[in-house]
Amino acid sequence: MSEVFFNMEGINKFYQMGDERMHILKDIHLRMDKGEYLSVLGPSGSGKSTLMNIIGCLDTPTSGSYVLNGNLIEDMTEAELAQIRNREIGFIFQNSQLLPRLNALRNVEMPLIYAGIPPKERRRRAMEMLERVGLSDRMYHFPNQLSGGQQQRVAIARALVGNPNLLLADEPTGALDQKTGRQVMQLFQELSDEGRTIIMITHDMHIASYARRVVHIIDGELTEGGEASHA
Amino acid sequence: MLKKLRKFFVMLRECVTMSLENIWGNKVRSFLTVLGILIGVTAVIALITTVNGVSGSLTSSFSSMGAGTLTVSVTGSDLKTGLNTDDLNELTGLDLVAGLTPTVSSRVRVSRGGSYESGMTVSGKNAYYFRTNPDVVTRGRALNVIDESNMSFVCLIGPELVETFFYGVDPVGESLYISGIPFTVVGLFSDENTESITSMFSGSPDILVPYTTALKLNNDNLVTSFTVYLADGADSELASDQIEAAMDVMFSYEEDCFTITTMSSVEDTMEEMLGMMTALLAGIASIALVVGGIGIMNMMLTSVTERTTEIGLKKALGAIPWQIQVQFLIESFLLSIIGGIAGVALGLLLSIILTNVMGTEFVVSVGAIALGVGFSAAVGIIFGWAPARKASKLNPIDALRSV
Repeated sequence: MSEVFFNMEGINKFYQMGDERMHILKDIHLRMDKGEYLSVLGPSGSGKSTLMNIIGCLDTPTSGSYVLNGNLIEDMTEAELAQIRNREIGFIFQNSQLLPRLNALRNVEMPLIYAGIPPKERRRRAMEMLERVGLSDRMYHFPNQLSGGQQQRVAIARALVGNPNLLLADEPTGALDQKTGRQVMQLFQELSDEGRTIIMITHDMHIASYARRVVHIIDGELTEGGEASHA
Repeated sequence: MLKKLRKFFVMLRECVTMSLENIWGNKVRSFLTVLGILIGVTAVIALITTVNGVSGSLTSSFSSMGAGTLTVSVTGSDLKTGLNTDDLNELTGLDLVAGLTPTVSSRVRVSRGGSYESGMTVSGKNAYYFRTNPDVVTRGRALNVIDESNMSFVCLIGPELVETFFYGVDPVGESLYISGIPFTVVGLFSDENTESITSMFSGSPDILVPYTTALKLNNDNLVTSFTVYLADGADSELASDQIEAAMDVMFSYEEDCFTITTMSSVEDTMEEMLGMMTALLAGIASIALVVGGIGIMNMMLTSVTERTTEIGLKKALGAIPWQIQVQFLIESFLLSIIGGIAGVALGLLLSIILTNVMGTEFVVSVGAIALGVGFSAAVGIIFGWAPARKASKLNPIDALRSV
């Protein structure tokens, strides 16, 4: 019924740690359609961060093929990868990773700078996104003047501002209390309902269950967890 | 292409804004970092401007006192060791020459009554000298042509001898002994009002006598050194040629019998010396610039380490390596050029003060300003290169993990 957004086939990733060669990802096959809401569930050390890095084009697999929205990732240069990240992916990190010296608005503008959007247009779109995440009254606040939940919402606005095809969240509620975590999950739900493609990496089964589809990763091996039952 | 260019400028503009914010955000650190560049540029500007001022006023005083004169010094040949009165008269008669004054000087012992003073400088002058420098005689009369042709034992004395021998007495009309010969003092002189090149190089004389008398004191009758005053508007090179031709005849075309020095050649030497001095001082000052550059490099390296997360994040958000590199280069460039501009301002201020103190002319040297700004910009780029490169090479995964 739906279009394939990305397809991973036989992805392996090795890391050299001293004289030990570690097999982090073992023959991963993962296919995702446009509009899906997927969570990757796994304990720490399971290789889920590495998987996220590869999905997010921050890292390349040692072997295997990865096609993201029609782009063959393993053949790309670092500069091309940067442009793919800029165009295709909106990152949401665990501790929101806002630049402390910039206010909310300018933090949100950041990806648009590298997309070469002129200042006025940038401002307009960033404001729009901050309104979308319910922070229209906090645009000129600096990160340290915002609560953890608000910071994470700024980070979500930043991830959305470039209108990417994929929202890639790494432990988006990891640094939040339960209540704010729930609010953030609610926002994710809304975004998913809008038809956005979302991948959420987490170690928290409860959080993972917000997604429509859950995959488990243990010791570098991926297993399909089927449709989630939370909703 | 156009779109790419526009994209580049959008990014560049953002880099400048963010760099300035970073510099401003770390005010104290930025100031300390920039200090090296600031001191270096200040030193370069102050030195060059001050030396230029000194050189300017030296040159102008040189050309004012040396305008229209030539100095000739004679080594002579075996047959003829100097010029006699007839020769001098012949040179005076040349159409590009207005007149000349022989320079004859010797060290003598001067006495009067019971007291004496040895090592006094006697300088022989002719009437033409007093005509061209009327301000020299402060009292009494000048030496004239009759004194000259009679080799009279008359003299003018300077302020020092007046004090030594004539305390409370009017010296004019009195007598004193020069090398045992009685001379009559006919006047007083002071060379304060006339700067002459001779006095500049050899100190001012204590006693002036007719040059013929001075020759006699030296047991000589030939002049070996004299200053030629050129006719109004005469070109010094042409005049020099004319004198050379006449003197070649006098010395029967023997070689290396005399040298004619024009003021412009002295000026050239002077300027060359000052130029060398400037270069040397600027060289020393530029060491400060290099040290400043190392300071900037150090700060940028620290900054790259501190901002690892920021770099990683920007890369994750789509910054291409060279964009990161450009951002850090712009930051070190701006840091350095801010120091450079502040240094230029401070250097000019310092040179205004210095030139005022030394009483020389303050000339803004565009070259020095360009050098200061250009050098600091270059320092910023050269010493910012390595840190910027390091930043651009950071792996975004490692960079983001460092939190």
